[in-house]
Amino acid sequence: MKRVFKRIYLALILIFLYVPILVLIVQSFNAGKSRAKWEGFSFHWYQELVSNASIMNALWVTVSVAIIATIVATILGTLAAIGIYSMKKRPQAVMMTITNLPNTMPDIVTGVSLMLLYIFAKVERGYFTMVLAHITFDVPYVVLSVLPKLKQMNTHIYEAALDLGATPAYALTHVIIPECKQGIVTGALLAFTLSLDDFTISYFTTSPLVQNLSTLIYSATKLGISPVYYALSSLMFVVLLVLLLIVNHRTGDNKG
Amino acid sequence: MINNLQLPPWALWAMVLALIVFIAMVVISVRRNHGIKRSLFASPYILWMFIFTLLPCVLIAYYAFTDVNGHFTLDNFSSFWDSNYIMRENLRSVAGDEMAATVARGSVNVDTLVYSLWMALLCTVVSLILGYPAALFMADRKMKLGPTLVVLFIIPMWMNFLLRTIAWMSLLEDNGLINAFLERIGVGKVQLMYNQQAVLLGMVYNFLPFMVFPIYTSLSKMDPKLAEAAQDLGCNDMLTLLKVTMPLSLPGVISGITMVFMPSVTTFFIPRVLGGGNTRMFGDLIESTFKTAGNWNLGSALSLIMMVLILISLSILRKADPNGEGGGIV
Repeated sequence: MKRVFKRIYLALILIFLYVPILVLIVQSFNAGKSRAKWEGFSFHWYQELVSNASIMNALWVTVSVAIIATIVATILGTLAAIGIYSMKKRPQAVMMTITNLPNTMPDIVTGVSLMLLYIFAKVERGYFTMVLAHITFDVPYVVLSVLPKLKQMNTHIYEAALDLGATPAYALTHVIIPECKQGIVTGALLAFTLSLDDFTISYFTTSPLVQNLSTLIYSATKLGISPVYYALSSLMFVVLLVLLLIVNHRTGDNKG
Repeated sequence: MINNLQLPPWALWAMVLALIVFIAMVVISVRRNHGIKRSLFASPYILWMFIFTLLPCVLIAYYAFTDVNGHFTLDNFSSFWDSNYIMRENLRSVAGDEMAATVARGSVNVDTLVYSLWMALLCTVVSLILGYPAALFMADRKMKLGPTLVVLFIIPMWMNFLLRTIAWMSLLEDNGLINAFLERIGVGKVQLMYNQQAVLLGMVYNFLPFMVFPIYTSLSKMDPKLAEAAQDLGCNDMLTLLKVTMPLSLPGVISGITMVFMPSVTTFFIPRVLGGGNTRMFGDLIESTFKTAGNWNLGSALSLIMMVLILISLSILRKADPNGEGGGIV
């Protein structure tokens, strides 16, 4: 009886989370523009999506910014984590405070403060400034995912590598980095999804001429949103889902 | 003043170039094994955080305490407290004290802040009430649902959050699905959008997973023997929950509260779409002060006030969880 209640409760919460998404997906196949009336099944909005230049452009901006930001943030963050790990206690504490600072700052303050930085430095806002902003909010997450793995690592492995004749550089690339690989991958994935989904910080750090999907959707809401965006989000949702299944399947295979 | 420094547009490029050169140098010296200290690996990061996190924070403080000409002033904070402050002072210089006294205090900004804090509190409480049982049932070892449910909770977060919020619009609006259903069963149309409840719904919907994950993490880390011991010593289920499980999950609860409360205070998209301008929140105010009014000085002061408030509430919450063991996202 109790178990049934628990299952029903969890099912209700999941329904609450999924209903809007299912509504979006269903409406992306609706032939008409109305949100309440079903006017037949069609791929009309998907065709319109592919031929819509501003959406395709925004998609390209979103994905390319996310990729660049993830790569830079992962390198910067992994190096930083190794550096912080090797520091003495005092500087380490200072670095951790600085790393946690962006987490405690609301998105809007981060966005506004970066906007002020660009205005102050007289840099015109656009693609480049958006990439810099994304790297900035991604890096701490990479540091925070890699650092615990380094702390879990057995320090003797590194020393053993040196005793066996490895140079510090060789030991770094062949011992330390493989040891915290899982943390690096987690950090990179986190950075990528955060970057893909960001709205507030992008909104303040780009110009109306360079839009990513979020800022484009935001400006579209002012005019009344077209079902083209439903098609877009359904498509992205399915792609991400399939990617996850593939990744899961592959890691499952490796373990088995 | 600093404004006269006039950093040229290539300054930022130069900084980035310096960073790249620096990384290259570190890599080369490591390769050649000149015995570089490993703690130096953090220096590009330190430089980056200095330019893109600390400096911007300093800039917010700088703009908050200066006027358009870059002179020190507290007017921005006076304008926060009294939105008619500037108008009254202008009137005073033109028409004298008597006329100035006729302008009443405008409490818009303070009211917006109080309203935002209230809404964020409501959202946090509702998320906790809905989320705690969910996390508890997920962590139930007999049901073995945990890992699957974590994935099921994460998947909706992949859909762009603006679109997820807009999806609610198509459910709630006057010609939306819920109203179409209500009409069919004969209840008639109900105004569901553009009010406080709609904004609250949107907020809870978007932030609920941030409450569930940390609580689930701290519950699933808990040693099940502790609950068993409590039951062996005569506690019933309810008592075990209240005296053992709940106190042990406190770090997760606190981490969840912070992760829900902070974005709720500052959100500006949800109130704008689902509240339709009827309910203004503080993030909304900051955004329009910067973007619509173009008043960076007042906007900075508002941001500073918000940051200070959040830092205060975080330090209060930290006190409740001195070890900082909060779960965080899985």
